[in-house]
Amino acid sequence: MSQLHDTGTIRPTGERELVLDVRTQDMEINMGPQHPATHGVLRVVLTADGEVVTSAVPYVGYIHRCAEKIGESVDYKMFVPYTDRYDYLAAMNNNVGFCLAVEAAGGIEVPPRATWLRMIICELNRIGSHLIAFGTYGMDIGAFTPFLYGFREREWMMSLFEKICGARLTYSYCYPGGVWNDAPEGWFDELLRFCDVFDRKWREYDALLTRNKIFIERTRDVGIVTAEQALASGWTGPCLRASGVRFDLREAQPYMFYDEVSFDVPIGRGEVGTVGDCWDRYWVRMAEMLQCTRIIRQCVESLRKDTVAGEVKTEMKTYRVAPGDAYVGIENPRGELGHWVLADGNDVAYRLKIRGPSFCNLSILPEVLPGTLIADAVAIIGSIDIVLGEVDR
Amino acid sequence: MTLALAAQGARGGLFEGLWGMGPLVSAILGFFVVLGVASVLPMFWTWAERRVAGRIQQRPGPNRVGPFGLIQALADGVKLMVKEDIVPADSSRFLFMLAPAIVLGGTLVAFGMLPLSPSGIIVDTHLGIYLIGAFLALEAIGVIMAGWASNNKWSILGGMREAAQLVSYEVPIGILFLMAGVVYGSLNLADMVHGQEDGAFFGLGGWLVFRMVPFGPIAFLVFYTAILAESKRAPFDLPEAESELVSGFHTEYSGIRFSFFFLSEYAAMFLLSGIAVCIFLGGWNLPLVPGSFWRDHGIVGELLAAASMILKSFVLVFVMLWLRWTLPRIRIDQVMSVCYKYLTPLAFACLLAAAFFVETEA
Repeated sequence: MSQLHDTGTIRPTGERELVLDVRTQDMEINMGPQHPATHGVLRVVLTADGEVVTSAVPYVGYIHRCAEKIGESVDYKMFVPYTDRYDYLAAMNNNVGFCLAVEAAGGIEVPPRATWLRMIICELNRIGSHLIAFGTYGMDIGAFTPFLYGFREREWMMSLFEKICGARLTYSYCYPGGVWNDAPEGWFDELLRFCDVFDRKWREYDALLTRNKIFIERTRDVGIVTAEQALASGWTGPCLRASGVRFDLREAQPYMFYDEVSFDVPIGRGEVGTVGDCWDRYWVRMAEMLQCTRIIRQCVESLRKDTVAGEVKTEMKTYRVAPGDAYVGIENPRGELGHWVLADGNDVAYRLKIRGPSFCNLSILPEVLPGTLIADAVAIIGSIDIVLGEVDR
Repeated sequence: MTLALAAQGARGGLFEGLWGMGPLVSAILGFFVVLGVASVLPMFWTWAERRVAGRIQQRPGPNRVGPFGLIQALADGVKLMVKEDIVPADSSRFLFMLAPAIVLGGTLVAFGMLPLSPSGIIVDTHLGIYLIGAFLALEAIGVIMAGWASNNKWSILGGMREAAQLVSYEVPIGILFLMAGVVYGSLNLADMVHGQEDGAFFGLGGWLVFRMVPFGPIAFLVFYTAILAESKRAPFDLPEAESELVSGFHTEYSGIRFSFFFLSEYAAMFLLSGIAVCIFLGGWNLPLVPGSFWRDHGIVGELLAAASMILKSFVLVFVMLWLRWTLPRIRIDQVMSVCYKYLTPLAFACLLAAAFFVETEA
């Protein structure tokens, strides 16, 4: 209630000073852990002055499942299914990341055919993950249809995975020493067909959202993250590249056979606004999907050479890894997913440390959100594309 | 009392004169007719929306209950009615329960002034669109009430957005109502439809949307954009922005009270489209059909007029659905700037142009 309030001071003119006393209070709003825009169980406590956010504090840990501790309790092979469950939108990449770390620590040989297969599934899963990012981002901005369009192609991607490993979401396809199953008859042909169709459908998504006037108005110059800020927060992946830093582990420290394929690394150029805004982060993901199909085609070509025929696994067994440690970071759809394995000669890791990209990417929220509108806050959180399963692990 | 107000200045109504009924009794009886029609029809519009959305999104949409899923809406209605009516513990109970009634009531009463055929108008009053505007404005009160009474911060934000949006967009709509008044010399929608009869170009030239080029078409586009915002449809669906405000002002509502908001939204969509048809698209008039046709053929003419009117309105409603499933949502500051920087000046220009054209034509 506003009322005239006597401050008790007398002005030089002799009048008593009266002020109109309007008490306004910033509203503290709890966004999440159950909120449609937080993509899982993220909780952000926003302080808002009307619709303008004045401070934001993210709270994580709502689906912490002790992944690292479990990794120190079960043997290497048995931990693979747990890796599926941290970044559940890119389970194949997680499998590969963990297996590469174990193989590096134990000096385990991997047949080349298995490595090519791993690259294919990594890139295929990157498409799937970016499709979800595309669809849910459209949803965050208020467009429902892109979500279903994205799921249409993802459905095909999942059925391809189902054919090769029997699962549609949590694959557990890679094991230390290789992959457990070779691709079935005709799988590669279907894969190439998928790539062709996907490249065509990609243009549809592009027409639907990328150049949409309203979409551009909502995302340009919103949530700008400069290269310095991004690096200071430990950003990796598409988000970092959107801020104009050309850093992609596939290119910077090639693992598997990434040095044998050619691909571009799209970076944010501030095409419609400023470098590092939400639109750039969105666009880098879109552009990356086309590179994925390009890599897949090259992988299939290499696979079909006679030299890489043969088994895809050395021997599926319980490895005893000699004392030592190894860190392997791979380029997940969301950034650098690192596994550090410290072995003590046993078949169980002595210490397993996982570096999740979403966790680091998320840490910028308190810096970027203040001063934006609540609708922008949703757009920014969406553009970082977090998976809470991997933030908490 | 509102009905009494509506009946004041009335010069007739659907049932007036029938069995010696006065204007007030006629209005009350008519209101019950509206209540029946306007609460059953939106159920089928929800079905239409879901089918259209399904088509756009390459999925079938509801197709199990009845032929083409037509009875789905009825099943949903029954479900909503038998659901528990939850009132949150810390809400202000009375306001919480009153709000949906105000929102739906305002929209339904406004239906009374919408003519579906030459004499198919419940309350035939000189105040016409003026009263419609007044009753539609009630919705803002109901929505703020709902947002405040829910004792939920997301609901309050939704209610405030809605208040800001509705009050702002009433400005261009109000100005265009004035323009219609200037052009037709009446605020009664039925008079406006009569004013568009028998134009040039096979009758099309009489429609306001084709008159005073370019001001007629501009006025129509401005009006259509404004009614999108007024009925909270995409891209102006901020008050209930699902991804931002959970469900906005009706987050805490369930069961039959929730369905009131729902019905009101769909009823308003049809009502506002109907008004746009009456003002700009010639009402029930069709090309090559003389205006006297509808009046000279008794009940058949009336029914044909109603069919034409509903069909035209449905085209506009369809475009609303189409937009909703295609476009993203704009931001609250952009909503405001669209209204005050673009629509309002354009509406003013159309009003001035209309005054000029009417003067020179006369």
